[in-house]
Amino acid sequence: MSIVIRKSTIDILCAAKWIARRDCRALSSVPEKVDIGEEVKEKVPGHKPRAHNPLLEYRHVYPEFLPDPNPKWRNSLREKMERADMLKRRSQIDIPEFYVGSIVAVTISDPHAQGKTNRFVGICIDRKGSGLRAEFILRNVIDHQGVEVRYELYDPTIQLIQVLRLEKRLDDKLYYLRDALPEYCTFPLDMDPEILPEGTPVPLNPVQVKLKPRPWLERWERQELKGVSNIEEHLKEKDRVRRELRKTPWEKYDLMKQYRKTIPAEDQSEIWNEVYNQLQQMRVSRKKMSRKRTFATPKTQLA
Amino acid sequence: MFRILMNKLSTIQSHGFHTTTCLNEVQLLTRLRVVDNSEIGKRAMAEGKPPKVICVYNKKRVGYIGDRVMVAIKGQKKKGILVGLKQTQKVKVPKFDSNNIVLIDDNGTPLGTRIHVPIPTILRTILKERTHAKGADYTKLLGIATRFV
Repeated sequence: MSIVIRKSTIDILCAAKWIARRDCRALSSVPEKVDIGEEVKEKVPGHKPRAHNPLLEYRHVYPEFLPDPNPKWRNSLREKMERADMLKRRSQIDIPEFYVGSIVAVTISDPHAQGKTNRFVGICIDRKGSGLRAEFILRNVIDHQGVEVRYELYDPTIQLIQVLRLEKRLDDKLYYLRDALPEYCTFPLDMDPEILPEGTPVPLNPVQVKLKPRPWLERWERQELKGVSNIEEHLKEKDRVRRELRKTPWEKYDLMKQYRKTIPAEDQSEIWNEVYNQLQQMRVSRKKMSRKRTFATPKTQLA
Repeated sequence: MFRILMNKLSTIQSHGFHTTTCLNEVQLLTRLRVVDNSEIGKRAMAEGKPPKVICVYNKKRVGYIGDRVMVAIKGQKKKGILVGLKQTQKVKVPKFDSNNIVLIDDNGTPLGTRIHVPIPTILRTILKERTHAKGADYTKLLGIATRFV
């Protein structure tokens, strides 16, 4: 009886909270499509003077500016100093916008070979960390050997980060490429960058990979992956039963869990107000520079 | 009551055994992949009997990149150098999909004449440090590499 009462009161409380905070706390550091749709709908008839809200755009373009939501690791002063350092580094080097699934080339100065650089091309399979510790993992298959390199985004030895193909995949993390057939993550090292026309949204690549037969590195069947086509072929009856048992369909209703995973909108707006102007300036100046370069190159070729 | 419920839920989730991912360390009896074109290495890999580690020459007895190991390959004892690991590596050091080894003799001269997979550049520094005058010269291995990552 007591449980029933408690449960019902909790439900009511949750619902009330959900309604109350729906408009101000639907933003997250984790991209969620449902949120975006709602937000956009709300903002369109709204009375905001700015045409686009940086909150909506920048949390996907610059995810590393948002701190880790774990309250044990929050420290406002450290975060502020880190942001300043990140902006300083960004004024030195162009760190482009890229996502998990994009193909990226990284050139670093190599301390092991004197006066030389090292370039690695690969598909970004994960982006993690925040602040100056933000890192990403590139994967490629070179000479039939799978190779992965982890880079820090704000590493001072990085000379150039080049996005060869800007796109997204169906999943947030692509660790299943380790168990996929090698042709799905084989990219030539001398790939040419593909230039998207300005103003187009980032394309989504709906390719579904084929996994190698088992053994696998993880239990992919339990992770509800969208980018894998042949997962059912390799499963036995036992695996299907256990997958059903391990499902957690209630987690999407867990508001507290969602709240703990995300940075509240008020905190986010504070951060973006702090860095918005500088980031925007850098973007504009980079665009100008690239235009100048495109004008300059044919002249030199003709001469 | 709530606590009992929570306990039940947590036991369902954990089942009492650990579910951490494995470390993929190179230790005693790990199977390796020979990546040079030495005769013995090629035959061992073709027969599906890859070499086993029988000794890692360091204090920890866990092989890291550039470490010397002794392997049992086709009934013989050979020495080799680890040139690529599955284990999670430091930043900017490549992580490979297999544990790779290049066979060498006691002087550090590789048995093969070519390595057909990429080699991490950090090996240049590591092998230079390990090489001493009048001792074994491990940097000969770098000469037969085809590609560095």
